[in-house]
Amino acid sequence: MDEPKLLARGVTKTFHDGRRALEVLTPIDLTVNTGEFATVIGPSGCGKSTLFNIIAGVDQPTAGVIAIDGAEKGARAGMCGYMPQQPLLLPWRTAEENVMLGLDVRRVPRKQAQHDAHELLKRFGMVEFAGNYPATLSGGMKQRIALLRTVLFNSSFLLLDEPFGALDALSRLSLQMWLLDLWSAFHSSILFITHDVREAILLSDRVYVLSARPARVARVVQIDLPRPRLPEHLALSQAVQLEQELVSLLMKEQRS
Amino acid sequence: MKLRRIAGFGPAIVLVVVLLALWQLYVYVSKVSPHLLPAPTAIVQALLNNWDVISVNTVQTLLETVIGMAAATLFGLLMAILLDISLWTRRAVYPLLVVSQTIPLIALAPLFLIWMGFGLEPKVIFVILYCFFPIAVACADGLASAEPEMLNLLRSMRASRWQILWLVRLPGAMPAFFSGLRIGVTYSMTGAIVSEYIGAYQGLGIYMETSANSGAVDLVFAAILVTAIVSLLLFGLVSWLERIALPWYHGTTNQALILPRAGRMIV
Repeated sequence: MDEPKLLARGVTKTFHDGRRALEVLTPIDLTVNTGEFATVIGPSGCGKSTLFNIIAGVDQPTAGVIAIDGAEKGARAGMCGYMPQQPLLLPWRTAEENVMLGLDVRRVPRKQAQHDAHELLKRFGMVEFAGNYPATLSGGMKQRIALLRTVLFNSSFLLLDEPFGALDALSRLSLQMWLLDLWSAFHSSILFITHDVREAILLSDRVYVLSARPARVARVVQIDLPRPRLPEHLALSQAVQLEQELVSLLMKEQRS
Repeated sequence: MKLRRIAGFGPAIVLVVVLLALWQLYVYVSKVSPHLLPAPTAIVQALLNNWDVISVNTVQTLLETVIGMAAATLFGLLMAILLDISLWTRRAVYPLLVVSQTIPLIALAPLFLIWMGFGLEPKVIFVILYCFFPIAVACADGLASAEPEMLNLLRSMRASRWQILWLVRLPGAMPAFFSGLRIGVTYSMTGAIVSEYIGAYQGLGIYMETSANSGAVDLVFAAILVTAIVSLLLFGLVSWLERIALPWYHGTTNQALILPRAGRMIV
């Protein structure tokens, strides 16, 4: 059996504000296997983004162990493609230059970076927007550019924090399908955050349900719908049943 | 597009013409002595008659202004980065910067004269001291305005401090930097003129002073007119540079300029 892409064991986080201590994560265990699409779902404000910052290496856990590709030691920054909630495109860079950002940080020669970004835009049907500034792009397009930037930096492990949260239903569905294409094209491993149960079911192999703060893993659900996934799979009886189960679980957590 | 931008100045031009007409009318009706208040037409006449002398002085003042402004820009940028590097350098530098602005520069000008003579250098220094502050403050604010989420994203990519500064914070500070530059450039010519007033071989400042001393009020006004026009041109130059340097910034305020390239927007 392959080594898991991500292994998190007993991760906790406590913030200190003067004398008060705010416990955000109680021991959390989480695994993302290589090539797996795993999703973290939980009530809003439960600490999902904190967990992501820790995995991305932007923040440190109070206790616990995190291993990406089996490596526990050393800095985690740079070992995953991290995409926060907002697209965070640089307004002075064109779409193509934004996609290149990660390569610029890695000091890849300009020509090479340009070539790679251009090929990626071409492959995923965005090449006609290569020269556009972000201000001229719609919300959905910005999110696609941000995703391509994430993939170009590191396609093997993607951390996506509610990337489609701000989109209208139709754009969201089209981006979800687009993301699945991207995932299978790159054989990536993905850890995805959402608070949308249907989104979690449509995309994932496995769903981690987090409790209200302080977050712990309330339940792990395996999604055995056929691949490649299609929107109509959500109408299958097992999907409907899963959805009801997860919604009632989350409602309970939100209340408590 | 260009026509529309020029048309934007229409109201200002109308107002200036009306004010000049009222001035002309007042001088004509009240028969005030031209040694006290010359009419606008008389000022233009004096300017044309003395253009050979005035132009030489203008070139001198312009030279001081441009060199001083260029140095002030570099100095302002450097100060902004110093303010930004760490809390320690900020705490060390910021009070000094503010205090430097409370010193009446006009009191320092004679000292510059004693130390450096009547030439170009004291004027350039004066212009730098006169103009760098708004550039430094605006640029420091611009550097501090980077979104924390953006910085987190760069950290997740393992970017170094300098990479974050170079890739995100400096380019993001450019609009603020240009705002500071526009304020600075508005003052810059005045700075050069004030320092010439204290003592100079040539320049519009010393020309105004000698004209005033000899009672040639129309020549003082002519020099003021030239100062205003050249300052406006410098301001226009900075605005033009900003448009060239930051096409994306003006693209966001005026999307019509850029949209046709995209043709359409999808999803």
